[in-house]
Amino acid sequence: MNPWAVYALSGVAMFSVGLVGLFSHQHVVKRILASNIAGSGVLIVLVALARRAPSGVPDPVPHALVLTGIVVSVSSTALGVALARRMARLRADAARASEPPPGSGGEGP
Amino acid sequence: MDVLLDGVLALCLPLLAWLVLRTESLSQAVVLFVAFGLLSALGWARLEAPDIALVESAVGTGLTGALLMHTLSWTEETPPDIRARGRRRPWALLAVAASTLMLGWAVLALPADSPGLGPLVEARREESGVKHPVTAVLLNFRGYDTLLEIAVLLVAALGARAVNPRSERPTPDAGDDPLTGELFRMMMPALLLVAGYLVWVGDHGPGGAFQAGAILAGGGVVALLTMRMGPPRLSSWQVRWALLTGPMLFIGVAVAPLFTGRRLLELPRPYAGTLIFVVELALTVTIAMVLLMFFPGTRPPRAGAEGEP
Repeated sequence: MNPWAVYALSGVAMFSVGLVGLFSHQHVVKRILASNIAGSGVLIVLVALARRAPSGVPDPVPHALVLTGIVVSVSSTALGVALARRMARLRADAARASEPPPGSGGEGP
Repeated sequence: MDVLLDGVLALCLPLLAWLVLRTESLSQAVVLFVAFGLLSALGWARLEAPDIALVESAVGTGLTGALLMHTLSWTEETPPDIRARGRRRPWALLAVAASTLMLGWAVLALPADSPGLGPLVEARREESGVKHPVTAVLLNFRGYDTLLEIAVLLVAALGARAVNPRSERPTPDAGDDPLTGELFRMMMPALLLVAGYLVWVGDHGPGGAFQAGAILAGGGVVALLTMRMGPPRLSSWQVRWALLTGPMLFIGVAVAPLFTGRRLLELPRPYAGTLIFVVELALTVTIAMVLLMFFPGTRPPRAGAEGEP
């Protein structure tokens, strides 16, 4: 089997693992991790397919696309993480509002 | 030997991915994710994509891992009401197995050798102004992608800030930890040197604005986490300038050819190399600042623990 095919199949498997994780987990951080893994799988498939050139020099266009893809996935991770933080803060605020401890009247942490 | 390495690596990657999602402890999952990212960087190096390996280890693994770890300190480690472990549904697993087989078959059914766009890039590389084909594609042939990518980064940074508008000031006394202070002092010159080198080398080898920006941002993150510096504030002029120089310069360079009868992003040939270098330098500053803006300040004190009156 060609080396590129090995990596492409590995990427397909990673995508599937990420997909299962994305739908079977409830925790936000786990979901963010799963979407990152699925994304990595897709990117590996793309780069593996770029390796098919008969001359041996890989195709630079998918490489550039994958570079863009990694940066975009980092942006989406950062946005997801910011939303997760917001959720944690709102939940903490709600928990504090429902049972007010003596002495702490502030709303901000 | 090569076959063995490729086979083991290709087996380990999905296995590690599965472990990341299976582990019940969230911090353990993040550490495994970082290991997964580093292994995939090795895979990219094996696939002869050194640019991607650099970006993956710096941005995809380093900064993402730090960001996720940092988030765990904000959210509760093991929430009582939600199980961090996934639920099992047999039919879903069956469907995924079927789709995996189908995707695998589709990948294997592709023609085994296809030159792709490589020869086309090679033929026109002289005109792009740079010698490295990936940089030529990123900043000249497919400049749209990079321009829009910067826009995505900016929108994500603004979105992350809009969701969490209150960024806490660090406590001023936390900065004199001798260990982190010394580490930071020793690291910073090397980081600046490596970042500058990566921008310069992007012209003829693997490197460029993203790698350099990520490395600068890494130094910034260390400064942030050791509380030598507060999180960048959108209200400060320096931050706004750093965020806008890259996109504005790039848009200027993209639009300027329109006035001389050329098309958008069609760089004039004798100046293309210089223009690409200047744009990359400006993009490095913007990317470093955006990546730094993703990091929130220090964690607020936990509710109930030593609550101030």
